[in-house]
Amino acid sequence: MFRYILHKLALIVPTIFGITLAAFAFVRLLPGDPILAMAGERGVSPERYAELLERFGYNRPIWVQYFEYIGNVLHGDFGISLATKRPVIGEFLALFPATLELATVAMLLAIIIGIPAGIFAAVKRGSWFDQITMGAALTGYSMPIFWWGLLLIIFFSGTLGWTPVSGRIGLQYFFPSVTGFMLIDSLLSGKSGAFSSAVSHLILPAIVLATIPLAVIARQTRSAMLEVLGEDYVRTARAKGLSPRRVIGIHAFRNALIPVVTTIGLQVGTLMAGAILTETIFSWPGIGKWMIDSIGKRDYVVVQSGLLLIALIVMAVNLVVDLLYAVINPRIRVQ
Amino acid sequence: MIKMLTFAAALAAATALGGVAANAKTLVYCSEASPAGFDPSPWSGGNDFDASSRTIYSRLVEFEHGKTSIMPGLAESWTVSDDGLEYTFKLRPGVKFQTTDYFTPTRDLNADDVIFSFERQWKKDSPWYDYLPGTGWEYFTGMGFPDLLKEIVKVDDLTVKFVLNKPEVAFLPDLGMDFASIVSKEYADQLEKDGNLQQFTQKPIGTGPFQFVDYQVDAVIRYAAWDGYFGGRQKIDDLIFAITPDPAVRAQKLKAGECHIMSYPAPADIAGLQADDNLKVEEQEGLNIGYMAYNTTVAPFDKAEVRKALNMAVNKQAIIDAVYQGAGQVAVNPIPPTMWGYNKDVKDDAYDPEAAKKMLEEAGVKDLSMKIWAMPVSRPYNPNAQRVAEMIQADYAKVGVKADIVSYEWTEYRERGKQKDRDGAFQLGWTGDNGDPDNFFFLLGCDAIGQSNYAIWCNKEFEDLLQKGKATTDQAERTKIYEEAQVVVKREAPWLTIAHSKVFMPMSKKVEGFVMDPLGIHRFDGVDIAE
Amino acid sequence: MSTETTAVPPKATARPGAVAEFWYYFSMNRGAVLGLVVFALLVLVAIFAPLIAPHAPNEQYRDALLTPPIWWENGTAKFILGTDAVGRDILSRLIFGARYSLFIGLVVVTFALTSGIILGVLAGYFGGWVDTLIMRIMDIILSFPSLLLALVLVAILGPGLFNAMLAIAVVLQPHFARLTRAAVMAEKNREYVVSARVAGAGHLRLMLVTILPNCLAPLIVQATLSFSNAILEAAALGFLGMGAQPPTPEWGTMLAAAREFILRAPWVVTFPGLAILITVLAINLIGDGLRDAFDPKLKRS
Repeated sequence: MFRYILHKLALIVPTIFGITLAAFAFVRLLPGDPILAMAGERGVSPERYAELLERFGYNRPIWVQYFEYIGNVLHGDFGISLATKRPVIGEFLALFPATLELATVAMLLAIIIGIPAGIFAAVKRGSWFDQITMGAALTGYSMPIFWWGLLLIIFFSGTLGWTPVSGRIGLQYFFPSVTGFMLIDSLLSGKSGAFSSAVSHLILPAIVLATIPLAVIARQTRSAMLEVLGEDYVRTARAKGLSPRRVIGIHAFRNALIPVVTTIGLQVGTLMAGAILTETIFSWPGIGKWMIDSIGKRDYVVVQSGLLLIALIVMAVNLVVDLLYAVINPRIRVQ
Repeated sequence: MIKMLTFAAALAAATALGGVAANAKTLVYCSEASPAGFDPSPWSGGNDFDASSRTIYSRLVEFEHGKTSIMPGLAESWTVSDDGLEYTFKLRPGVKFQTTDYFTPTRDLNADDVIFSFERQWKKDSPWYDYLPGTGWEYFTGMGFPDLLKEIVKVDDLTVKFVLNKPEVAFLPDLGMDFASIVSKEYADQLEKDGNLQQFTQKPIGTGPFQFVDYQVDAVIRYAAWDGYFGGRQKIDDLIFAITPDPAVRAQKLKAGECHIMSYPAPADIAGLQADDNLKVEEQEGLNIGYMAYNTTVAPFDKAEVRKALNMAVNKQAIIDAVYQGAGQVAVNPIPPTMWGYNKDVKDDAYDPEAAKKMLEEAGVKDLSMKIWAMPVSRPYNPNAQRVAEMIQADYAKVGVKADIVSYEWTEYRERGKQKDRDGAFQLGWTGDNGDPDNFFFLLGCDAIGQSNYAIWCNKEFEDLLQKGKATTDQAERTKIYEEAQVVVKREAPWLTIAHSKVFMPMSKKVEGFVMDPLGIHRFDGVDIAE
Repeated sequence: MSTETTAVPPKATARPGAVAEFWYYFSMNRGAVLGLVVFALLVLVAIFAPLIAPHAPNEQYRDALLTPPIWWENGTAKFILGTDAVGRDILSRLIFGARYSLFIGLVVVTFALTSGIILGVLAGYFGGWVDTLIMRIMDIILSFPSLLLALVLVAILGPGLFNAMLAIAVVLQPHFARLTRAAVMAEKNREYVVSARVAGAGHLRLMLVTILPNCLAPLIVQATLSFSNAILEAAALGFLGMGAQPPTPEWGTMLAAAREFILRAPWVVTFPGLAILITVLAINLIGDGLRDAFDPKLKRS
C-alpha cells in the first residue's frame, strides 16, 4: 500500500514539471503582445513600451523567464493579471468557490440519481425501466450541454418564469461570504428566503453540468452491477437463499462500487470542461468563464496560471481517486 | 479570514449608512462588463468609468448632465490668464471625502488632493506612478498632458494653479474627463504607510455621489449614497451593478424585474422590450459611424472607381434592417447628420449590382477575391460585424467578387488593421469624444496613417481641407470647409460608410430622471425610483 | 468522456467467421441497428446535400429574416424550419452542416487514431524510457480539461475549422495511445509473438503486422466514441466562437450566432442543437452495439 502511494507520487513529479512547461509554452505561443494587451485600447508610446518590456522581463531569454516563473509559483506568486492588475491567485480564490459549489452540487445530483438508477436498471435488466433509463442515459451522454442549457433557460426562465436568468443569489440578499458556498452562506446569514433564492439560482446550471456525469455514472453502475451479478459468488449467495435485497445491497454493490468510484473520479476533468460552457451560458462567476474571458482578452498571465492551477487540481483529484481505489480494491493493495 | 472580516465590516458600514433597512430605495443596473478596477485614471473602458469615476468620484469641472458643455464641479470658479497658459481654480470649501469602514478622512478636500491626482499619473518618481504594474496612464498620455503641463502650483489650501507649456483650447473639457477625477491624497498616504498601495484601486475613496460598499468579482458591485456629497444626497439609497455580459440575458433580467435599467440591448431584443408594459426604452441618435475601410494603397483598391463599384454592390439598407434591426440609419458621410457641418447635398452611391459589375469590368477587375475583416466585439456603431461581413460577402458574390471573412482577437485585430500592407477591407467605427467634426475627419488624415487611418488614405485635396478646418475659428467658414471635405470623401470612397446607429437604454417605468449621455457614459446621480 | 473504454477487455481475435458472428451479435441490439440506420441516412444527406437542400446554404433571403418554421404562425412552406437572422434557410444549412460534422468526426478520428496508435505501439513495444516519456506526455495532456486545452490550442493556432479539428485530435489522442499501449503490453509476451520474433521478424513487422491486429477491437470502440466526442467538441468550440467561422453552416457555429435570439426566435436555437444531439446519439448507439458485440462477457449472459 505504502509503496503503491509512493509509486503514484513519484509518477506525479515529472507530470507537474511537464504541466508547468506546457502552460508556459502555450502562453508564449499565443499570438499577440502582452505589453499591448496590458496597455489597453489607446496603445502605448515606444518609450513606455520599451520600459514595460524591461520591467516585465519579456525581453530576457525564454528559459530565464521560465525558471523565474517557476520560482515565483513556488513562493505562491502566480503573477498579476494584465487586465485588472490584481494578483491572479486572488482572483482565482475569489472565483473558485463558485465553480466548486456548482461542480459539487452537480456531482451529488449525478451520484444520487445515477447510482440507484444504474442498480435498478441492472437488477431489472431488459425491463421497460431499464430500457428507458438507459435510453435517457445515452441521450444525456450525447447531449451538447451548451444547447441543453439554452433550452432550459428558454423554457424555465423564459416561458415559465420559474428560475432566475443568471447570478448566484437574488441581489436583495447581501451578507458576508464565510465559506464562499452560496448555499451554506445563505443559511448562515439567517435571512429568510436567501437559501431558496440561492437554490433557485443554482438549480439549472447544476442540472446542465450534471447531465453527462449522471449519464456516465448510471451506465457504468449498470454494467458493473451486471458483471458482478453474473459472478459465481453472487450466484452462490442467491442459491443459498439470501434475500435478493441482501445479495444486491451487500455482495453485489460493494464489488460493483470499485469501477464506479473510478468513473466518478474521472468525471472531474469532464466537470471542469463542462463548467466552461455552463458558466458561459448562465453568466456564472466562476473560473471556467474567467478562463474563457482571459483567453479572449489575451490576459496571458491569467491564462498561464489558470491553466496551471486547474491542471493541478484535476491531477490532485485523480491522485485521490487512485488512492481511494487502492483502499477499496484489495488486489492493488497487495501488489 | 481577512476576506471574511472585511465583508462583515462592509456589511456593518452599509447598514450604518442611511439605514439600508426595509424601505431603502435600491436601483439595480445590469451592466455589460466587469470594471478592471476602481481607480478612475488607469483604464479607458466605458464600463470602467461607469463603475468608478461617474459614481464614486468628481472632477474640478463637470460635463452638464446629458450635454458636452462644462460646468463647475469641485472648482467653484476659475480664471484663465490672457496668454492662455495659466488656469487658476478656486476649490469649493467643505467638500468631504467619503467615510467608509476602511477609511475615515480627517480633513476636507484641498489643493494637495488636486495636485496628487495629476502628479501620480505624470511624475515617474511618485510611488503611485507604477503602483499598478504596467499602467500606461493611457488617457493622461493620450490627451497629451505630459507635454502640456508645466507645473501645478498650490497657491493656498483652496486655490490651485495649472501652468501650461502652450495654450490649449480644450483644456477645461479635458479636466471634465474621467481620468482627471480627483482622488484623496490623505487616503493614498495612509495606504503608502501601510504598504498596501493595491487597495487604492480595490477600495476607492472619492467625493462623488455614491460610495463603494462591496465588489464580488465578475458578479455584483454595491454602492450606497454618500450622505456628505457636496451636490446633495441622492434620492436612491443603494446602487447595484449586476454584471451581465450577455445582452440577451440582460434583457431577460430586465423583463423579469431583476434589474431596473440595462445598457446596450441587442438590436434583436429592442422591439420586445418596447412592447413590454412595465418598461420604457429611451433612445438617442448616436454620435458615431460604422464603416469599412479599404486599403487604398493595395491594387485594385488603389483605384477610386473600384472602391466606388464595391460600395455600390452593397445593399446597406438590408444591413440596417438585419443587423441594426432598424435601429440606425444608412451612413452617407463620415459624420452623423446630427453634427454641425453635415452636408445634406451629398448623395449616397445607389445600390446597383449591375452597374457595379460593369464598373468593375471597365476598371479591368476580374475574378477579384479579397478579405473582409470583422471585429470580434460588439460596439454601438456596429452591433455584429461578423453578420455585416456575411451580408457584404453575399452582396459581393453577386458582382463576382469572392470574399473571405477574417477576424482576430480585439487588440490584435486593431494592430493588424493598422499595417500598411494589410490585405482586405477593414470594418471599424468611431464614437465622437466631443461635438466637433474634426474629431471624425482626422480619421482620414495623412497623419493618422499607421494609427487610426485604416484606409491608409492620404489625399492632398482632403488633407488641405482638414488642415484648413483646424486652423479656422469661424464656425460658418468651417462648415463650408467640411461640406467640401465630405464631397471629396464621397467621390474618392476610401470607406464604405455603413451606418450611424441609435443608442438605446431600456429601463423600468419606475426609473425617473435618467439622462442619456451623448458620449455613452452611464450616470446615476439624480436618478430616482418610484415606489 | 473516456471512461467507457475502461470496460473493454482487449480480447477479440480474428477467426474465420468472426465477421458473421460479430454481425449477428451487433444486429441483435436494436438500438445499435437504429443508430446505424440514422447514421446511414445522415451520410446520404451529407453526400447528396446539394440535391436535397431546398436552398443554397448561404443564400440570404433579405425579405424573409427570422421566418418561423412552417407549423408556427407566419411560417411558410418555402422555409420549412424557418430562416435565421440574415434570411438563410435553416433546413438547408442543417443539411449542409451534416457534411461538416461527419467530416470533422472522420478527420479527427483518423488523426487521433493514427498518432495514438503509433505512440501507443512505440510505448508498449519498447517500454523503458520511450514508454515513460510518451506516457508522461499523455498524462500531461490529460491533466488539462479537454475543452480548455482545445480552446488554448485554437487560440494559439487561430480560430477556424481545420485548427479546431487539429486541437481536438490532440486532445483525444491520448486515449488511443493508452489503449494501444495496454493492448500491446498484454500481447507482446504471448506465444505467437514470441515465436514470430524467434522466426526473425523485425520490430516493425512485429509491431504492425503481428501485434496490432489483435488489439483492434477496443480501438474500434474508442474510435466510435471519439467520433461523437469530436462532433460535440467541435460544436462547443464553434459555439464559443473558436471553431468553424461564419458563414460556414457548422451546427455549433450556427448555435453561437443564434444565441442572441433565444427570446425572440427560439427555432434558430432549437434545430442546430437537435441535429447535433441526433447525430451524436446515433453514433453512440452504434458504439454501444460494437462494444457489446466485441465483448464476450456480455454475450455470454
